[in-house]
Amino acid sequence: MEATTETVVKPPTFFGPVDWLRKSLFSTWFNTLLTFLSLWLLYVVLRGALTWAFTTADWAPVTNSLKLFAVGQYPLDQMWRLGVIISMICFLMGVSWRLWGGTVRTFALAMAVALGVMALMPVRMDLTLRLWFLVNPALMALGYLTGRSPAVKSQWVMLGWLLSFVATIVLLSGFKGSALLPRVATNLWGGLTLTFLLALVGIVASFPIGVLLALGRRSSLPVVKAMCVLFIELVRGVPLVTILFMASIILPLFLPDNLRIDRVLRAMTGMTLFAAAYMAENIRGGLQAIPRGQEEAAKAVGLNGFQTMALIVMPQALRAVIPAIVGQFIALFMDTTLAVIVGLVELLAIGKTVLQSRPEWLLLDTEVYLFIAAVFWVFTYSMSYASRQLEVALGVGER
Amino acid sequence: MATNQRSLSTLLTRRGVPLWRDVKVLQGVAQVVSAAIVIGFLIFFVGNVLRAAEVRGLSLGYDFVSQSAGFNLPEMMIDYTPADSFGRAFLVGLLNTIKVAIVGVFLATILGTITALARLSSNWLVNRIASVYIEIIRNIPLLVQLFFWYFAVFNQLPPVTESIRWPGPIYLSQRGLYTVAPTATGSFGVWMAFVAAGIVAALVLRSVLLRRQMRKGQDTHYGLVAAIALIALPLAGWFLVGDAPLTTDYPVMGKFNFTGGLRLTPEFAALLCGLVIYTGTFIAEVVRAGIQAVSVGQFDAARALGLSGGQVLRLVVMPQALRIIIPPLISQYLNLTKNSSLAIAIGFADVFFVGRTIINQAGRAVPVFTMVMAVYLSASLLTSVLMNIYNKRIQLVER
Repeated sequence: MEATTETVVKPPTFFGPVDWLRKSLFSTWFNTLLTFLSLWLLYVVLRGALTWAFTTADWAPVTNSLKLFAVGQYPLDQMWRLGVIISMICFLMGVSWRLWGGTVRTFALAMAVALGVMALMPVRMDLTLRLWFLVNPALMALGYLTGRSPAVKSQWVMLGWLLSFVATIVLLSGFKGSALLPRVATNLWGGLTLTFLLALVGIVASFPIGVLLALGRRSSLPVVKAMCVLFIELVRGVPLVTILFMASIILPLFLPDNLRIDRVLRAMTGMTLFAAAYMAENIRGGLQAIPRGQEEAAKAVGLNGFQTMALIVMPQALRAVIPAIVGQFIALFMDTTLAVIVGLVELLAIGKTVLQSRPEWLLLDTEVYLFIAAVFWVFTYSMSYASRQLEVALGVGER
Repeated sequence: MATNQRSLSTLLTRRGVPLWRDVKVLQGVAQVVSAAIVIGFLIFFVGNVLRAAEVRGLSLGYDFVSQSAGFNLPEMMIDYTPADSFGRAFLVGLLNTIKVAIVGVFLATILGTITALARLSSNWLVNRIASVYIEIIRNIPLLVQLFFWYFAVFNQLPPVTESIRWPGPIYLSQRGLYTVAPTATGSFGVWMAFVAAGIVAALVLRSVLLRRQMRKGQDTHYGLVAAIALIALPLAGWFLVGDAPLTTDYPVMGKFNFTGGLRLTPEFAALLCGLVIYTGTFIAEVVRAGIQAVSVGQFDAARALGLSGGQVLRLVVMPQALRIIIPPLISQYLNLTKNSSLAIAIGFADVFFVGRTIINQAGRAVPVFTMVMAVYLSASLLTSVLMNIYNKRIQLVER
């Protein structure tokens, strides 16, 4: 008898579509039942939704008010300022793409595609506006080319972003009595622009306060620590609506009569204080993740307390909490809708305004709120997608 | 001259260290300065409030609580008329908040658990549907969802005479949702004693049989016996107490409206839908993460010991998963409670809504706000106390 040749059968490495179906949809009788139930559910829901969207639904309030949704009551002859802001961001985006790549690239590409799509949208739109939409991707490309120059340093681009934030606010509000940049009162700010502005101001302004609070909470000085803990826990313990209300109703009482701040600024104050408490907790988490050895080594090298914190501990802690801060920005972006309760005309409030603007639109709530939900979803989903990529790129979760 | 200088510098030293380099002294000074700054701000704010109160005739006292409120509330669980006091109106709001929180937490837990199980399912289609639901709902602001439910769904239902009838006795109309209400009869109290006896008997039997099983190593079916006791005693009681302790009260269509039955107002129903569907996604992720955190080896080891599928889940996986699930789950419950303050946007009379109305009527912004904030803060405090107790308990079990 010849030696049995043992044939080792390799397990199949490729499963055909039939195998896949059997494995992932029909493995047991229960799974088969579930599959058919889900298919039926999908069919009913999708058929209902699609027939409604393309036959019954009347999208006129949305397509006729795109400008309102985007910028609110911002004066038409001053719209070029918003154009400048977006072009500025596109240019900086291009530079950052060249410099940092990764997540920024995804973001920049998405932005360029979105601008291109907007230029081709089948709604009534000026030709200049369409052209401007197309110019922006070109500006981004220009930024990319600029970024290739060795003279462009990371620090400068960061400074550029910070300056662009200041420039955005200056451009939006303008100056009293100026011919070129007349003052645009904040009650004319609105729509998606205001939504973004509230979230951005909230996160940027809360950052330094959050850092201070986080340091205060870790401080060895009992009085400082107690005050920081009290502030953080008080703010985190109550809903944002109550803080916004407090900022809009009680804050004026807290200030002397000659100091009047307007509605938008009051809402921003409320948002900032709210965001600062959460920011402090995020940063504290980052600080706790830094091993003590770092601090001891810095001390041993001869750095003083301030230098140790500013040059050694804080940079590492902040790097670790970037994804958390992005997450907080997304949450804040969604929370800006609460400003509608204190009377700001951000995106959601515009929806209400649009519905009441014509009697025949009064009952089209479904269309309008679905559109607003879709706008929010596109932004928050893409931001959270980017933040997940960022997390991987920074390798934060892996340490 | 020289001696003078020396005496000055010895005066400003402590144990040979100059005061301005002494850490203890510096820390003390830092605390005093920071406390002084905060107290200064507080004095400034309080002074302004007092001045404003004096100038505008606002009162800061709580004497208004017993005054007659004079406004109607759309929804109440205890008797309330406009002639009742502000304090009672506040209590109505507080009870409404508690009601929506309890019902919401209950339903959101069910929805979240089902979604989590769907996310863990090996069925590809079920898995996808669950994750699409999570990704869509999480990325749309809660307030937009509430607006959608209230203005686009519940406000656009047909008038009450043309109510939509769902399978079973559920009627949907502009006046809300009508359904069957269980109503207690005269024998209800006696029957409750049977129910209580059933619970006690089940607990006692379970622990006695469990101990015997531990001692003798024989299966005593403790779970089954306890379940039988839990059901059998109330069931026996139902027939022993004479007439049925609970009757069902069906909503009956009158000339213009339903009479009887259980009514959910459109505001309550919309708020509940929004909160449950939104919080359900977060709970789903919490539960899924908890179950996935139990390592595969635990399943395998339990199966190797001969435990059945149900036993593996009940005795090995769940105890470990719950330890991870419960703390974030409780904070989701707290979030739901805090988010219920958004009720003000759709006119559900929760504690914040009532507080806002009292401010409009009585003009006591500061005291009313303190009361509202105290409600939410005590909810947060209660949550963290519960969490600490739980964490202590599981730590004891662990070692």
